[in-house]
Amino acid sequence: MSAPFRTHQGGRPDRARTLRFTFDGRTYDGHPGDTLASALLAHGVHLTGRSFKYHRPRGILSAGPEEPNALVELDAGPGRREPNSRATMVPLRDGLLARSQNRWPSLAWDAGALTGAAAALLPAGFYYKTFMGPGRAWEKLYEPLIRRMAGLGRAPAEADPDRYAQRYAHCDVLVVGAGPAGLAAALAAARGGARVILCDEQMEMGGSLLSQPGTRIAGLPGWEWLEVALAELRALKVRLLPRTTAFSYGLQNMVSLAELPERAEGPRERLWMVRAARVVLATGAIERPLPFSGNDRPGVMLADAARVYALRYGVLAGHRAAVLAAHDSGYEAAFALQAAGMEIAAILDPRAAPPADLLAEATGRGIRVLAGQGVARSLGGRRVTGLISTGGERIGCDLLLMAGGWTPSVHLFSQARGALRWDAARDAYLPDTAPEAVLCAGACQGSYGLGACLAEGHAAGGGHGAAPGAQPGREPSGMPTAQAVAGAAKAPMAFVDFQNDVQAKDIALAVREGFRSIEHVKRYTTNGMATDQGKTSNMVGLAIAAATLGQEIPAVGLTRYRHPVTPTGFGGLAGRHRGDLFEPIRRAPLHGWAEAEGALFEPVAQWRRARAFPRAGEDLHAAVLRECRAVRQAAGIFDASTLGKIEVVGPDAAEFLERLYVNPWKKLAPGRCRYGIMLREDGFVTDDGVVGRMAADRFHVTTTTGGAARVLHMMEDYLQTEFPELRVWLTSTTEQWAVIALQGPKARTILEPFVEGLDISAASFPHMSVAACRVMGIPARLFRVSFTGELGFEVNVAPDQAPALWRALMRAGAPHGLTPYGTEAMHVLRAEKGYIIVSQETDGTVTPDDAGLSWAVGKAKRDFVGKRSLARPEMRRRDRPQLVGLLPRGTVPQEGAQILASPGARMAEGHVTSAYWSPALDRPIALGLLAGGRERMGQTVYATVMGGAPIAMEVTDPVFLDKAGERVNA
Amino acid sequence: MLLIRCPHCGDRPEVEFRHGGEAHLARPPEPAALSDAEWAAYLHQRRNPRGPHAERWRHIHGCGRFFNAVRDTLTDRFLATYPTGAARPDGTQQGDPA
Ligand SMILES: [Zn+2]
Repeated sequence: MSAPFRTHQGGRPDRARTLRFTFDGRTYDGHPGDTLASALLAHGVHLTGRSFKYHRPRGILSAGPEEPNALVELDAGPGRREPNSRATMVPLRDGLLARSQNRWPSLAWDAGALTGAAAALLPAGFYYKTFMGPGRAWEKLYEPLIRRMAGLGRAPAEADPDRYAQRYAHCDVLVVGAGPAGLAAALAAARGGARVILCDEQMEMGGSLLSQPGTRIAGLPGWEWLEVALAELRALKVRLLPRTTAFSYGLQNMVSLAELPERAEGPRERLWMVRAARVVLATGAIERPLPFSGNDRPGVMLADAARVYALRYGVLAGHRAAVLAAHDSGYEAAFALQAAGMEIAAILDPRAAPPADLLAEATGRGIRVLAGQGVARSLGGRRVTGLISTGGERIGCDLLLMAGGWTPSVHLFSQARGALRWDAARDAYLPDTAPEAVLCAGACQGSYGLGACLAEGHAAGGGHGAAPGAQPGREPSGMPTAQAVAGAAKAPMAFVDFQNDVQAKDIALAVREGFRSIEHVKRYTTNGMATDQGKTSNMVGLAIAAATLGQEIPAVGLTRYRHPVTPTGFGGLAGRHRGDLFEPIRRAPLHGWAEAEGALFEPVAQWRRARAFPRAGEDLHAAVLRECRAVRQAAGIFDASTLGKIEVVGPDAAEFLERLYVNPWKKLAPGRCRYGIMLREDGFVTDDGVVGRMAADRFHVTTTTGGAARVLHMMEDYLQTEFPELRVWLTSTTEQWAVIALQGPKARTILEPFVEGLDISAASFPHMSVAACRVMGIPARLFRVSFTGELGFEVNVAPDQAPALWRALMRAGAPHGLTPYGTEAMHVLRAEKGYIIVSQETDGTVTPDDAGLSWAVGKAKRDFVGKRSLARPEMRRRDRPQLVGLLPRGTVPQEGAQILASPGARMAEGHVTSAYWSPALDRPIALGLLAGGRERMGQTVYATVMGGAPIAMEVTDPVFLDKAGERVNA
Repeated sequence: MLLIRCPHCGDRPEVEFRHGGEAHLARPPEPAALSDAEWAAYLHQRRNPRGPHAERWRHIHGCGRFFNAVRDTLTDRFLATYPTGAARPDGTQQGDPA
């Protein structure tokens, strides 16, 4: 296959090797060293996508990371579809499969382009105005329409089969950008003995040198010097990272790099987190487009990009180019392209008096210059065929180049909290001072000559003596962009932000509608808010806003540069933190047994807990009813190992708990337990749990499953910072004890034969006792406690011994009807007894009294954490939400349902916190927080139902079963 | 990501630490003696300065100890870290309220 736009020779691609690729179903060829964009252009393909809002045909605008138009979908098979890839940054490889996006049914004929005709209906602020419009036009009309027709690419539906890596690295000097400035900096730093990392987003290092084969550095042709420099860097053990984008500059010189490794068998992306003593930014500059009617037509391109395609890739982007040059660099591009074999139809220079030396050279080359003229509009359909100049002349061309001056890439410097200063001579914001150890070199600080770039890089790298020599270039100049954009606001379809389809007139309209701050103009028009973050549009938009306001650019301000500087794949950010490794799952010691039994699991904090053990033919509801009945009638066995546990030890342990919990502890005798409640200093319940006193100076504290870490942190906080005089040591023992709960009237009968060294009869080991003993020969801490209202024990043993003990208890208990039960039955059983669950009955605004737990508060205590807050008038109001029982009529209400005083009431007076079908009562029961609830016993209230009639409920005592509490003493 | 100098362990990455709010706010020894307004001020009112700010950190995934730090809220730069109970170092005056 012939590539009609490929030059006969020259460029970096390896012409000896051919790669085949597919774009929109057609097969093309290219060479290693090509990008997808250069290979498409070699075949004359400019049209690569449709625009976001108007579905206008769009072509390749740039040759670099700033590309706003040529976003394609790469498809490397299931799970490897990658939308929004910039064709200018995709290295060509054999078999590459790419598709255009954002078009239907085809790229050439797009139904959505009809919106182009209706473009007048989509002005600046369209989204906001539509949101504010009457009725439901947004929901019904615009959003579905926009979602179908716009949309940037499709995410893959399958799981990603690839591997992603993450690495930390440290270095003395990180150099970002491997153009002449960056190379000089890396060389200088490495020669001085520094550990250096040099990264560059391109597939090949060299930056602007790659498109300057004719230049000479240190007496060598540019490309030869590049080879020598890279060889020396390798010899100096500099870590060279091509295809690696520095996308985020964090605090203390922590810079994030996204590497796309070349090797097929390695990770698809690698995220580097580099901490550098010093950072040298050599990130170059981006050429500005110019707004005129139809400046988005395929075949309209940045002038320097066309030069790069010709000299770096050996591809002519057209046969006959017209150049709109508001900046000297347009001439340089025109001369280079002419030398490469392109016809130059004309240079249109809006300046009345272009520089004399450039005019002379153009004349000498036979290139016509139209001074004082711009482009009124481009001609053509899906490809440019010519232009009309502002003087009214018609000029034919198949390539229209824009040279609007340069915008230094200060994104990373700005992220380093560097201040920018406006440089009127260079018509750009340049780096000023930064709090980080960061230096800039070359075009990113407005130095465009090769000699200056090398010298600045050499100095930034800490080099001594002379920098690699190069001829000083001429100092370029241009028409300030604020002047060059004059008149654009009146031109239809003069685009500023190509990716978000923002026109010059949109920005002018926003200013006329009263937006003054550039941050507001940006959001209102969406200028610069697309995935390219406005790399080609920010300065042009700013210039239009300034011109419309009649102000200088610095008076209008500058928008911030966000992270990431360029779009970065999620895969690299996620690394290995996905699937099973996304978040650690904690499995209790008896997890394997429950899994083998076919338990249903539920996540509780990071734990997985058995929710129920359904038998064949049972659904969850049936299983829960059976498990509950077994506990009430015989006995149940329950894995409570996930309970948080903290060992509180020391001579002042009792005093410490006295201060941390509402309860009194000093008189609690060793061998006894107490239900403890912990408040925050603001008086609200934060945790609860049974605390056993093992000895005068040793407490076994339990916490909620989800609260263990929080409680230990809070205890450490008070111990270290408020009560450092207390001699207390805190140890997390959550995973040192597995907990097997036996609950039910037969619990003692089943357990007793296993216990050695302890009499667990009702008389000698009453409810709320604790003791160290042996159970089946295993050292244990045995608690007599109940969270079901039944006679109950909790056996604490070492986790590795727990499965054996559990199986033995199961065997011994089988004749007595011992039944394993899960968390769902546990919830029902405790609700029947009115026992609260912290974070279900409480929500951070519930006091002990609200929860009906005043009895637990040590009234004689002088102080404890939260006590002072309980004395606030607000905390003593009688209409505070109080815990009540609710007897719903008919069905079980939803947890979280609002409680109303009457079915039609507009204001909620509380909410349902728990609701279940109670097997013991054979009816629905619920707990709730109800304003002044304890004075409303017997009243009828209503639980809201989404889309249904409220459920009537009778307010009652929260203890539904065994109000006298006799069953625990069995 | 910040590098934070634990006074007990040295420089460690930010992810090993947990922030603990404003420093040098001692719990009143007799909360009951305080008026509601005074207690509310202790509970809720914080300086939120623009500039150097003394705050508590805990090296929760390291030695587990609380310590104090003076950090410039404008630059995120740490001016000093020091053990709990030690006085605020000289030259780290509080910034103005924001
Ligand atoms: Zn530490």
